[in-house]
Amino acid sequence: MITAEKLTKYYGKVKAIEELSFEVKQGEVLGFLGPNAAGKTTTMKILTGFMPPTSGKAFIKGFDIATQSLEARKIIGYLPEDIPLYDFLRVEDYLDFMANIKKVPPLEKTERIKQVMETCGLVEVKNKLIGHLSKGYRQRVGLAQAIIHNPEILILDEPTTGLDPKQIIEVRELIKRLRGKRTIILSTHILPEVSQVCERVIIINKGRLVATDTPENLTARLKGYNEIHLEIRGDIDSVRQALSVFPQVKEVMLVEQKETEVARFILRTEKEKDLREELATFIVKEGWGLRTLSLSTMTLEEIFLKLTTEEEV
Amino acid sequence: MRTILAIFKKEMYHYFASFIAYVLLAVFALISGMYFLVLTSRYSEISWYVSQRPQMGFDMLNIAEELIRPYFSIILTVGLFITPLITMRLFSEERKQGTLELLLTAPVKEIEVILGKFMASLLFYLIMITITLPFMGILIKLAHPETGPIIAGYTGIILVVGAFIAIGEFISSLTENQIISAILTFGTLLIIGILSWISTFASSKIAEVLSYLSLFSHFEDFAKGVIDTKHIIFYLSFMLLGLVLTYFSIESWRWRG
Repeated sequence: MITAEKLTKYYGKVKAIEELSFEVKQGEVLGFLGPNAAGKTTTMKILTGFMPPTSGKAFIKGFDIATQSLEARKIIGYLPEDIPLYDFLRVEDYLDFMANIKKVPPLEKTERIKQVMETCGLVEVKNKLIGHLSKGYRQRVGLAQAIIHNPEILILDEPTTGLDPKQIIEVRELIKRLRGKRTIILSTHILPEVSQVCERVIIINKGRLVATDTPENLTARLKGYNEIHLEIRGDIDSVRQALSVFPQVKEVMLVEQKETEVARFILRTEKEKDLREELATFIVKEGWGLRTLSLSTMTLEEIFLKLTTEEEV
Repeated sequence: MRTILAIFKKEMYHYFASFIAYVLLAVFALISGMYFLVLTSRYSEISWYVSQRPQMGFDMLNIAEELIRPYFSIILTVGLFITPLITMRLFSEERKQGTLELLLTAPVKEIEVILGKFMASLLFYLIMITITLPFMGILIKLAHPETGPIIAGYTGIILVVGAFIAIGEFISSLTENQIISAILTFGTLLIIGILSWISTFASSKIAEVLSYLSLFSHFEDFAKGVIDTKHIIFYLSFMLLGLVLTYFSIESWRWRG
């Protein structure tokens, strides 16, 4: 559906992205992950046909974004990062304007506007001036204009920045609802968002592609070990001693001592083996009190940091 | 066409949704009304004076020369001041707020956006200038002047202001700052407008070119009541130039991101 071939963009002498190549299949939800100034927005501006790349090519459903930009733009819905809207228009008038601009057939227009207002939860504010809306509602209007022409592709640049937690959840739910058969690219630097919403992640840093995979695989690939969190009541030194010689345990870390006899540990174990049951049996047999026992997988947050702060992965 | 119309509607809406439109209209009504009053009372004074001294002849009682022509010149000068205020936000504001990016990622052609905005500004000016129609109506009813110079005058003013607006639109596309846009537009219009004055200090060849390029010198014939196609073409070319420059300015802005 979307193909980027060696996209490179310079702003003057400053390089924003370099030889970025990737592909997005139809119906896929792709997360664009990277720290600030990694080149996410630049890539999106190129894909939407707003800005030509310095070199490289991009195709939207086979349309070359450089030479068949108009056709490509017809099937893209785009929401820029700072949600630029016309503050002096009412919500409904704004959507009407965007529907005209995006060539929604005149006969379907009214119905279409009604539909997107329902989908995005805008019915109750349809007569309000956009300038008077809260950030959360502005975001919804932004999403509504992006889907007004029922595009096959949605490109959303940081759709949840600047929202409060409740609004973030609402917008994420909305994005999930908008999905349908659509192909979606969304950029973010909020990591949990990616694992919640996206099927595949592209991590870019300093304009280069660092990794691409499903959130699950990325987690698995990067994890050299499992971590088990334990909270145990017992003589701390002997617990520690016993755990560190337990088979397949690589490392024991004392995280926190809560009371004189209660402490939290993190065990790093071999990647393949799940030691939880064996540990539980062992601890109970020793006569200690087992208060917590859980397996933690590495969070995307950690992967992200790992990927973007290290040279090679 | 649909896009042009949609942009046009949005721009018109913006003029009247903001306070600017009403302030501009009010100020223009005041100035144009005041000058009309001044010019008519001066003219009636002259008429009284001549009627007391019939031996002077009634030759100098030419209403087109004494009233209509100076009135159109004043309206045009006011247009020079008002155009920058009409055009300053056309692209500057949309650039600053990022709405231009969203607009240009919709399936629209730049030229449609440029034309829609141009038409809206021009129509706004036309609405403004209709304020002077009642004055002309009064004049026609009471003094029975020839209507030729009046029609020519309005035609000329619309053409000149059209050229003003095209230049203003271009300058507005160069900057994100509306104030800078307005000041630059005013400066540019003033310089192009008074090229013919500058030309009096230049050698004859340069003077000829300069005075030809002056936006005001081509207006003189209209004010005299002559509609000449060569002047019409001059102003239309000026508009075209402004719109084409706007196109390139926006293209280059897109390249720079």
